[in-house]
Amino acid sequence: MNAISRYFSRHLQALLSAFARLLKRPFGSLLSVLVIAMALALPASLWLLVKNAQSVAGDVTESIELAVYFKLEAPLERAEELARAAVSRADVAEAVVVSADEGLEEFRQFSGFGPALDALEGNPLPHVLTVRPKADYATPEGVESLRRYLAAAAEVETVQVDGEWVRRLAALLDLLRSVLLSLAAVLGAGVLVLIGNTIRFEIGTRRAEIEVIKLVGGSNAFVRRPFLYEGVVFGLLGGLVAIGIVALVIVSLAPAVERLAVLYGGGFVLTGATILEALALVGAGTLLGWLGAWLGAARLIARIEPRD
Amino acid sequence: MIRFDHVFKSYPNGREALHDVSFEVAAGEFVFLTGRSGAGKSSVLKLLTLLERPTRGTVTVNGQETSALPARAIPAFRRRLGIVFQDHQLLADRSVYENVALPLRVSDTGFRDVDKRVRAALDQVGLHGRERASPGELSIGEQQRVGIARAVVARPAVLIADEPTGNLDHGLAREVIELFRRFQDVGVTVLVATHDMALVREFSQREILIDEGKVYTGRSLGGEAA
Repeated sequence: MNAISRYFSRHLQALLSAFARLLKRPFGSLLSVLVIAMALALPASLWLLVKNAQSVAGDVTESIELAVYFKLEAPLERAEELARAAVSRADVAEAVVVSADEGLEEFRQFSGFGPALDALEGNPLPHVLTVRPKADYATPEGVESLRRYLAAAAEVETVQVDGEWVRRLAALLDLLRSVLLSLAAVLGAGVLVLIGNTIRFEIGTRRAEIEVIKLVGGSNAFVRRPFLYEGVVFGLLGGLVAIGIVALVIVSLAPAVERLAVLYGGGFVLTGATILEALALVGAGTLLGWLGAWLGAARLIARIEPRD
Repeated sequence: MIRFDHVFKSYPNGREALHDVSFEVAAGEFVFLTGRSGAGKSSVLKLLTLLERPTRGTVTVNGQETSALPARAIPAFRRRLGIVFQDHQLLADRSVYENVALPLRVSDTGFRDVDKRVRAALDQVGLHGRERASPGELSIGEQQRVGIARAVVARPAVLIADEPTGNLDHGLAREVIELFRRFQDVGVTVLVATHDMALVREFSQREILIDEGKVYTGRSLGGEAA
């Protein structure tokens, strides 16, 4: 048997013995796995909700528009010139000029003040340019940059942006992301402590066995290996159960979200984790399991020495 | 094979367990290490298995000076020894087979070799067919045989036994010593610590007597300390 197959066989052996030990105390193992799963599922669910919220925000930002009001004396040609310049920019999807006459006509049709308008000596409305930024640039920073560009033209009186709500939404998503990171950090630390403590307890109950193994020449790495695999198995199973919990959360929230979307005239559907995201969750659980077991086992095992 | 050279061992409480101890056990020799309880036998064995280090002097086993060994080299050092304990130190939740296989598992021996050697070791101690039994199902004598099989399964050059007959009646104790003699016949160096003088007298082997931390070598069967 060569070194590589010996390497794999000893790791396989450690993995199988870790499973066997978990099965020896099924109730305790199940509880630990469930706690780990919940600790992983909570930030994962929140992350999916933020991701969905971002996608909603992305749809809505496509309707952001900037209204550029020209000075009354500004010629229409100037408005059209600025529209052409704006469209040539990378951040602009569309720029449409509404002349003062068109504006007045629209106002006459929709306002119901037709006779009153007839009494006016001239047209009090300016030419207006409506500019829609591209979706990628419909961020607070992108919109602000575009606003400054349009406002810089000499014939422009003012630029109105309905951007406050975009900033609020972005700030809310930023806050949610920060909460998510803090929550993930706290719960991740909790998983480390839980697994580390479980492994330390396990080592305590198997101290005599560890002493015998060391007496017959077992190294710290040999003694440690099954405990690390135990942590890995805890984390792996916790990650798998967490995927199930997240799926349940998404399935249970989906009808309510769809009803809400219909009320807003949209066809939004809540999306769950992709395969890659699910794998990342299991990977995170496995990594936390390994790290927790390492923290719990490494120093303790190194300190155990045979007494006779 | 085993050499103690002016070894002193004192413990933190001030007790001096060994005082200027020097002796040698040649390769392939069978030697009894005798003395009353508390005479220093355990300290000798602890130094041999690197559970302790000498306060002064040098201990050499298998050509390796133990005081120079770093902690990380201790497992490999112990893998070259076979150790038999008075209380067997078997793992209760593992089968006889797995107990005997333990020294091979820690040294990454392949599965086929493990199987071959474990069965051979159990054959040597007369426990063929008891592989699946758990230690609790065995008699005290059988448990000691499992302990011996575990000690020899990795084919160590040196076999060290700490009161291996302490819990056995005279007949079983005799069988165990006969077993050690058979390992000596195939070239293994055997050092058996015991206070059972009747048993020592029965076997014509060199004896190293320890008394109050000092060693008396060259004592022949039934004779007095040199």
